[in-house]
Amino acid sequence: MEYHLNFNFVWKYADKLWWGLALSVQLAFVSILIGCVIGLALALAHSGGNRWTRGAVAAYVEFVRNVPLLLLVYLVFYGIPSAGGFAYDATTSFVATLAIYSGAYLVEVFRAGLDAVPRGVIDAGKAIGLTPWQRFVDLRLPIMLRVVLPSLSNAFISLFKDTSLASVIAVPELTYGANWIKTNTFRQVEVWLVVWPIYLVTGWAILAALRQLERRFSLGRRR
Amino acid sequence: MIDFALRTLPFLWDGLLVTLHVSAVVLVVSLVLGVAAGVGFAYGPLWVRAPLRLCSDVLRGTPLLVLIFCVYYLLPFAGLNLQPFPAAVIALSAFKAAHVAEIARGAISSIAPGQSDAGKAIGLTFAQRLAWVVFPQALRRFLPPWVNSVTDTVKGSSLVSLVGIVDLMLAAQQVIGRTYEPLPVYVLAALMYFAINYALSVASRRLEARFAYIRE
Repeated sequence: MEYHLNFNFVWKYADKLWWGLALSVQLAFVSILIGCVIGLALALAHSGGNRWTRGAVAAYVEFVRNVPLLLLVYLVFYGIPSAGGFAYDATTSFVATLAIYSGAYLVEVFRAGLDAVPRGVIDAGKAIGLTPWQRFVDLRLPIMLRVVLPSLSNAFISLFKDTSLASVIAVPELTYGANWIKTNTFRQVEVWLVVWPIYLVTGWAILAALRQLERRFSLGRRR
Repeated sequence: MIDFALRTLPFLWDGLLVTLHVSAVVLVVSLVLGVAAGVGFAYGPLWVRAPLRLCSDVLRGTPLLVLIFCVYYLLPFAGLNLQPFPAAVIALSAFKAAHVAEIARGAISSIAPGQSDAGKAIGLTFAQRLAWVVFPQALRRFLPPWVNSVTDTVKGSSLVSLVGIVDLMLAAQQVIGRTYEPLPVYVLAALMYFAINYALSVASRRLEARFAYIRE
């Protein structure tokens, strides 16, 4: 029995894939922004806090890192609203999940970044009379951001790939679009032959762009 | 509450066994393929390294869920009609093997070339040099990140639930389908995953400390 490839159905519904791809990238972007805020706040809480805050941060990081993302997605979308008697839409729920998830990974990244800021720079800031806030905003933050940039871009690529899980709670991103076309036209071979390269090429393009950015901002750049 | 957990547990337990089964098979297959590919990366000529690089980048660049769907729906097109279980295991193993290959490549190339040269000088064959000179030293570089990556395998195995394999994830879903109690069941399943993975990450940290005595 021979199977005849027919891509017409995929092209017919191609807008589902393009809008899906755009949503995938947006989900990853918004999630990493919120994740950065969570990660940075908790890294600061960890470095400045007492035993209890450090314990709480460690518990959050260990829990999120040792549980499958798929389970977290279900837990946040079905589990938590069922107990609280409220509901939120799938996209919000997924962004929240991915932000919590990436936050747990970024805490470690930011902690390492903050540790990498040379002690002497902070002391020098103190010596010229900068306030603690100025020392943080003008010295620690910019140096740390340059140190963590490569880790951030890796995290972003990985989050972009993780957005495919949003399809399980019917967020209309790329994988959901693929499944929709599959279910409605039965052209599963063609649709995956198209969607797989879309993920690959997008991932590689984002990676190349971020590597450029890293080179532009890398520490010790010779002028 | 405890009563509910006790009634739920047998179902989740069956799922947990499937999760462990999938993880174990994937672990063994990916270890063998990944180390072989790592040796190819470290010692192979260009015509070996180039296709390996392409495979590795394609596999690691694809979301795992998409890879599972691709294997599940595209292999029948290539004439290989698979049940969900082998299809999912193939996808997970290929994905994992690419990651293991990168860990192995890093571990092997971290060994100074002089070690291999010395082995050559006393007349060891390539296989002997690998087995007696390079691998024993590369092991301590390989083991901690590899054990740590095993947690990714266990977590990744939850995606097999989406092609209909009743692992811990789908078992939890089925229990919820009957009881309409999402939160406790998900929390119970999360604790089970956590117990396995936390033990693994502690083991990884121990290994790292154990091997930290040698300084370069």
